[in-house]
Amino acid sequence: MNTHPEREINIEVPVMVRLEGEGALSFQASNGKVEQLHLRIYEPPRLFEEFLVGRNYTDVPTITARICGICPIAYQMTSILALEKLFDVEPGPWVYDMRRLLYCGEWLQSHALHIHLLAAPDFLGFDNAIDMAEDHPETVTRGMRLQALGNEILRLLGGRSVHPIGLKVGGFHKAPSVDAAQSLLKKCEAALDDVRQLVAWCAQLNLPEDQQQFTSVAIHNENEYAIMPGRLRSDAGLNIGFNQYADNFAEEQVPHSTAFYSRLNGHSYFLGPLARVNLNFSQLPGSVKAWAEAQGLKFPSADMFHNVVARAIECHYALEESIRILKAYQLPESPFVEVVPKAGVGEFCTEAPRGMIYHRYQVDASGSIRAATIIPPTSQNQLRIEENLKSSVERFGLNHTDDELRLFCEKIIRNYDPCISCSVHFLKLDVDRC
Amino acid sequence: MKPRVAVHKFASCSGCQLAFINMGEDLITLTELVDIVHFPEAGPLGPEDAVDIAFIEGSVTTPEDVDRLKGIREHCGYLVTMGACATSGGIQALKNNADSDAWLKSVYAKPEYVESLSTSAAISRHVAVDFELWGCPVNVRQISWVVRQLLTGVEPVDANEKVCAECKRKNTVCVLVSKGEPCMGPVTRTGCGALCPSFGTACYACYGPAEGINTEALGQRFIGLGLQPAAIAQKFHMINNAADEFDSAGKSWAAKQEVSNEHSS
Repeated sequence: MNTHPEREINIEVPVMVRLEGEGALSFQASNGKVEQLHLRIYEPPRLFEEFLVGRNYTDVPTITARICGICPIAYQMTSILALEKLFDVEPGPWVYDMRRLLYCGEWLQSHALHIHLLAAPDFLGFDNAIDMAEDHPETVTRGMRLQALGNEILRLLGGRSVHPIGLKVGGFHKAPSVDAAQSLLKKCEAALDDVRQLVAWCAQLNLPEDQQQFTSVAIHNENEYAIMPGRLRSDAGLNIGFNQYADNFAEEQVPHSTAFYSRLNGHSYFLGPLARVNLNFSQLPGSVKAWAEAQGLKFPSADMFHNVVARAIECHYALEESIRILKAYQLPESPFVEVVPKAGVGEFCTEAPRGMIYHRYQVDASGSIRAATIIPPTSQNQLRIEENLKSSVERFGLNHTDDELRLFCEKIIRNYDPCISCSVHFLKLDVDRC
Repeated sequence: MKPRVAVHKFASCSGCQLAFINMGEDLITLTELVDIVHFPEAGPLGPEDAVDIAFIEGSVTTPEDVDRLKGIREHCGYLVTMGACATSGGIQALKNNADSDAWLKSVYAKPEYVESLSTSAAISRHVAVDFELWGCPVNVRQISWVVRQLLTGVEPVDANEKVCAECKRKNTVCVLVSKGEPCMGPVTRTGCGALCPSFGTACYACYGPAEGINTEALGQRFIGLGLQPAAIAQKFHMINNAADEFDSAGKSWAAKQEVSNEHSS
């Protein structure tokens, strides 16, 4: 086994496993120096923003959902909120709560899937969750139970968990029956022990330590742990409205990726569960905070592997928030409000499972889309992931075998839970740049 | 020996693969019945391994895709497409009727970095397909069903009846008749459980064309509801826009809009 740190290192992983979508790792070093270390995103572009042009606004949530099968709610919800902002539509508290419930369902299913099926094999030393299930059956089935519960929350309001059909600009097509809500409430209450065990289990995982310097960015809402409305904040002092996004964030194209790099005032930044927990931990309900603290967890944290722990804490939160909303469930007079389109530009951000997502739509007076911009979290995180890779590999040392280096890099990338399918469907319509 | 199964991905949202992952504990049962030798998102990697059944998600959009697909066909016994992208080219096939080079240029400052065919094609445009599962997305029930059929040595039957039949069986009130919603159910194949009408809203044809459909008559019915021909064209040119019946219906209604524009100008 060659572990000489000054050897020629050339590691190519053409298909990284346990990622959402297709990404590759490309790593070259010589004379003890890292020359290139990229997460290569090669999934072909699907040109979504172009499909939206000329469509009626009512088609937008249906089309944007197809960008990602793992987090379609993030796309539907952000597009709906951007359009409602433009049209001055206020659907009221019932719709607000139901949207929060739905988003909690998406967080729960996406986080539970990532922790148990994609990340846990890295930390317990298995190639995949199917192999892991033989030695750790309870861990794998807990993940599947929580993911299934998240999907069930999605189905209550969305009809199905992948590409839900229940949402529209103005609210929902149909209100669930009180019986359906009560039956789901019982299942959520029965899962509380599972999420608490999940947080405790993540807290005692033998995680690699990875202290990093990074700027966390997340939505902050004064009244609650932010998922949808609020302001964009960072731990470096950013505090802006969603309509100032374009003044502060910029994207550029690079040769090794069909996704774009994003920078916040010229620098990389970090989105996702750990960024949210770092910025908004104090707003979590007492029961969620106390349970996390009882496991010895402290935030803010600069250890990037706490991202998996933050994901578990958000599973706990998503479940408690779902219970709170379901307990108060009543039938509305109407599950939606009427919408009258108008010309202009609407922008919004929400917190997708993997971090903040930005949508902007230009609409004409008939309600037809003239231009669209969609910036998902993974393309915003790509620069941060590569910086993390470089600094961590330097600290880890090149005096490891190629296999050890490869696995180390893969763990770092997977820890961000990048969604490659999302990131390449972000396509900015900006004719001036060609 | 257990039958060997592979799950491959091309251009897609990854949502159809979730029909495996969303099986929950049944996924464990599935792994007792078959060997999953290739499924990158879940972990197993063996793209070139010989398998009995290959499931394919996604559409063909790059030159490499074509080569990879031919390799998959050579190494598998039975090939199943899952979902709209693999079966009809998916929503991204909307670029087939547009100037996709201009689109790439409008989106990427350096389009030369991006290798892409000008079309998004169904798997069957490039290799022989043994069975097609329609839907955007396909669901757990469809996948479990096709696996069960194949394991017992039965050729799966194509479920190509219309959404309308499903609504009748479920006693769902017709949204086209009762609310005047422009529902695509009369031309769309079943499989979703007639979900949208059960939520009181119009079907948008995410399961693709049913057998023996009359797209002209449905379009005329929509004209009666007050829709413009261009809006009808967009209803066909949606998720399964490149499916033959929807492609030609969409083009036919788009042409009618042009005629109508000429008359009014």
